Amino acid sequence: MNIHEYQGKALLKANGVPVLEGVHCTSVDQALAAYDHLGSKVVAVKSQIHAGGRGKGTLYHPVTREHVMDGGVKIAFSKEDVDTYANNILGNLLVTIQTGDEGKVVNNLYIEAGCDIAHEYYLAILVDRENKSVLIMASTEGGMDIEHVAETTPEKIHKISVDPNAGLLGYQKRDLGLALGLTGAAHKAFVKSLTSMYTMFVANDCSMLEINPLVRTSDEQIIALDAKVSFDENAEFRHKAWDDLRDLSEEEDVEIRAKETGLSYVKLDGNIGCLVNGAGLAMATMDVIKLYGGEPANFLDVGGGANEEQVKTAFSIILEDPNVKGILVNIFGGIMRCDIIARGVIAATEALSLEVPLVVRLAGTNVDEGKAILAASTLNIHPADDLAEGAQKIVNLIGGGN
Amino acid sequence: MAIWIEEDAKVLVQGITGKQGMFHADKMVEYGTNIVGGCTPGKGGQTVDLQGKAFPVWDSMFDAIKETDADATVIYVPPPFAAEAIMEAADAFDTIKGEGVVVCITEGIPTLDMVKAVAFVENRPGVRLIGPNCPGIITPGENGGAKIGIMPGHIHAKGRIGIVSKSGTLTYEAVAQTMSIGEGQSTCVGIGGDPVNGTGFIECLAAFQADEQTEAIVMIGEIGGNAEQEAAAWAAENVTKPIVGFVAGATAPPGKRMGHAGAIISGGKGTAEEKFAAFAAAGIACAKDPSELGAVLLESLKAAGLR
Repeated sequence: MNIHEYQGKALLKANGVPVLEGVHCTSVDQALAAYDHLGSKVVAVKSQIHAGGRGKGTLYHPVTREHVMDGGVKIAFSKEDVDTYANNILGNLLVTIQTGDEGKVVNNLYIEAGCDIAHEYYLAILVDRENKSVLIMASTEGGMDIEHVAETTPEKIHKISVDPNAGLLGYQKRDLGLALGLTGAAHKAFVKSLTSMYTMFVANDCSMLEINPLVRTSDEQIIALDAKVSFDENAEFRHKAWDDLRDLSEEEDVEIRAKETGLSYVKLDGNIGCLVNGAGLAMATMDVIKLYGGEPANFLDVGGGANEEQVKTAFSIILEDPNVKGILVNIFGGIMRCDIIARGVIAATEALSLEVPLVVRLAGTNVDEGKAILAASTLNIHPADDLAEGAQKIVNLIGGGN
Repeated sequence: MAIWIEEDAKVLVQGITGKQGMFHADKMVEYGTNIVGGCTPGKGGQTVDLQGKAFPVWDSMFDAIKETDADATVIYVPPPFAAEAIMEAADAFDTIKGEGVVVCITEGIPTLDMVKAVAFVENRPGVRLIGPNCPGIITPGENGGAKIGIMPGHIHAKGRIGIVSKSGTLTYEAVAQTMSIGEGQSTCVGIGGDPVNGTGFIECLAAFQADEQTEAIVMIGEIGGNAEQEAAAWAAENVTKPIVGFVAGATAPPGKRMGHAGAIISGGKGTAEEKFAAFAAAGIACAKDPSELGAVLLESLKAAGLR
């Protein structure tokens, strides 16, 4: 789960990490009032969306797609600038390298006071899958694309692996500060901030905390100038506060509804809907559709113990996508019995008066009963014995791919 | 021989009095798994009825292992308590026997809990953790065998193919593919789809390589991380038995979590293309479609003079 920069900064501030004063706004009037309130001649006007590359992004009109402005993060030198930038950003579409061509509508702004930057650093805390531990990454090359730094000058990225039994140790923090070339008051401030960030990371079940840039000011302060924070959704049960931080406009409405019914759904661009049990098999089903010339319209895992109602919900979610020209159901029954799935498929197709071709592949527990139920139905359901046959059939039935 | 779990292994069930735990414990007994009882804190002294027979429940894993001399445990404990259940089992096995296998089925355990639990298990070298978020491990026998998890037992048969996979139902697909060419399985291990887990691909490959019963290996990966790439590189140097592979997620969009917590392409890394390339470079015979795993395996067996 991702949160906005302004929310991440509030969290950093609450944990004792220095950030600049800023105001969250949702209208131009609020932005102008924020400028007066901050009393800083120079302010940053920052688009708030859940995607990186905002500074280098481009704003477009949401309907006409007319070009509005280059850059989703602007430096304003006057109240007039704030007025112009806020007008150009709010309600418009921001396209960045991470949003894809469709971009994201900007509903939130962050107006932040300026500061005198001496140097920009990079700092991130994340879970390292390979070492099965928390990893801290830092670099003197802040404010840039860190993947580019990692490729071209890997020696400029310093890493600390945190021993889960010992936690983040004092010498590790001091050494990292020295590796960044920090001395004196700035080194001390860095160690203090890093301590706070690590504590915040663990206490909030973060999966990622990225500060790019973390800056040293001309008076040797260390300040988090950006904040990208994401949480581990598995830990949601122990963080009631996340409800208030969640921006539903950033998530696909249909993906939220799927999640509420215990389904895992991701919309894709193709035209063959898939309904599968198990995440690995659901991915493989998409892959095989593509292999035989089709394009999957979605990823959908109904889970291990889906009932008739969930199968019906799954069908209705798939059919909400107007691109769907056919559906492939692929079930390998383990806990889930094929006869129950077969009944669910029939009930769903009847209730939703399904008009697109439907191919059903069943295997595993009670497969013969399941197949018999489908065969006895008067509905136009095409059976398949294995995944390859199922994929080929549905691709042929809709007359090829996209 | 098989790997880690013998056909007659004595198995405990943590969370045996819960809905999931009881349902699957019953299925395991039905398959022929040597279930010796279970553990649910606060329910010690009760019994649970499985397939018409009463099985004892203990309050603590220390008591349960002392009383039963169990070889393995399987965890069906809800996510908030699952990491602690893993550590309790690891501590008890290590203290009492110096060894044991802990299989965790639970999906949805917080990642930082798993970081702690994995470190805890790794400090107890005799204890092996399989999972979490996995179907478990099964060693099919002549009559029944040891099914420790949620997989449908009836699709398996004893044989010489070792299977290791991150996915549940895709593992069943691989099992069905071996059966379609008349081959059974030595042991099938689901290592799970979480970003931080216990036993990995390399440990499974090493165990299959050392196991006399296993003559070929099927390895199923998915997008996210680089465990498949590392395992492929390791296998090229260390595994002489034929390996057949598949990777799920070639069509997955970047940055989207595909069901499994660990199945995500981040920063352009961990793609199926990368993993297939690593497999091919290591001499692993790849199927582009899981329905072809059987055919590819058959060819590999023939090439190795095993058919």
